[in-house]
Amino acid sequence: MNSTSTHFVPPRRVGIYEPVHQFGMWGESFKSNISNGNMNTPNHIIIPNNQKLDNNLSEDTSHGTAGTPHMFDQEASTSRHPDKIQRRLAQNREAARKSRLRKKAYVQQLETSRLKLIQLEQELDRARQQGFYVGSGIDTNSLGFSETMNPGIAAFEMEYGHWVEEQNRQICELRTVLHGHINDIELRLLVENAMKHYFELFRMKSSAAKADVFFVMSGMWRTSAERFFLWIGGFRPSDLLKVLLPHFDILTDQQLLDVCNLKQSCQQAEDALTQGMEKLQHTLADCVAAGQLGEGSYIPQVNSAMERLEALVSFVNQADHLRHETLQQMYRILTTRQAARGLLALGEYFQRLRALSSSWATRHREPT
Amino acid sequence: MDKVMRMSSEKGVVIFSKSSCCLSYAVQVLFQDLGVNPKIHEIDKDPECREIEKALMRLGCSKPVPAVFIGGKLVGSTNEVMSMHLSSSLVPLVKPYLC
Repeated sequence: MNSTSTHFVPPRRVGIYEPVHQFGMWGESFKSNISNGNMNTPNHIIIPNNQKLDNNLSEDTSHGTAGTPHMFDQEASTSRHPDKIQRRLAQNREAARKSRLRKKAYVQQLETSRLKLIQLEQELDRARQQGFYVGSGIDTNSLGFSETMNPGIAAFEMEYGHWVEEQNRQICELRTVLHGHINDIELRLLVENAMKHYFELFRMKSSAAKADVFFVMSGMWRTSAERFFLWIGGFRPSDLLKVLLPHFDILTDQQLLDVCNLKQSCQQAEDALTQGMEKLQHTLADCVAAGQLGEGSYIPQVNSAMERLEALVSFVNQADHLRHETLQQMYRILTTRQAARGLLALGEYFQRLRALSSSWATRHREPT
Repeated sequence: MDKVMRMSSEKGVVIFSKSSCCLSYAVQVLFQDLGVNPKIHEIDKDPECREIEKALMRLGCSKPVPAVFIGGKLVGSTNEVMSMHLSSSLVPLVKPYLC
């Protein structure tokens, strides 16, 4: 009988989360660890040592296995057998330790499941914002498509969803290998894959911008917190440097110099593009407002504005080019290991932003 | 084209642009930020605009504007200028032309 099944509430969507199966395993490995008998009451082992002799732990009896020294037996036997005390204390300590490990594993499972839930909710939010009809519950069976759906954008949204999944997987992998041992050649491969993954996103965005540049510029395909920091359809290259740089402990003098130069040139390039964008906004506004306002005619203004919008696509591409070059330069300046740590930090930063968006979106939906 | 060659050597840093091109404006802002005062040729105001465009494309530009010349030599468009700046190779190139 697996006594652990009484100690947790199974999550609602068993198909998505794995904890139920894994807790079965938890019970199995737990049984295989039994060398002495006193292992089957996780909750009670959390009790500190000085309460072990409390006779009121009568719930203990329901989980006893044959031959197990129960806690309420201790008072009877310890006064006459001091070595039994020692053995029992050791057994309890061992049991407590094992219980703490199990608890830790359980909590980690919960955390993973929570993150997964957050991701799912984000995807739903994004789908809603995109104009898809999604039921107000978690039911997604009634997905509808608006008639003006742009196939290029639909494709992009789907690709981006996969991109985020792959990103999360890469971040996990980086974290694991950086905590373990990995040779430089393999690490370099991981780093290059991570870089290519970002470059792939820029390529995707370029196609999407051709399909609907306003969509890309608005950041509707991103979560709300990410959108807050949006600069020409993506993250600010100077922000990237700000996030990464504190994570590099030892930089050579040459590296420090290079990083300093990169920060400055990145900021200058960013400022130049920002001013270019502002000029574009002004010219577009002038264009739309040209001629008589109030007469009810606008075709020529709209047409001339349409021509100007092509420039917006160029700006999105240019901004992505800047992001590309910033990443490239960081890679050049840093060692492989530093670059790996930097990419991990960057990836986690975006994960946190996505988690923040989700928390914020669901803050009123939490049961009180 | 002779005219383009002549125009591109008029000053240390020359930018071919169009009055409506905001990306050209961004490039201009960048050079000004570096302490350079580039010569701007708004080719849409030039009667020979079409020929200049063709000449610039023939020189290797994927789009006619912005086209940046430093010391009379074609450096490229926005992409090239940005890449060079981030790799710290732009500043040394414009050093002789600081004001």
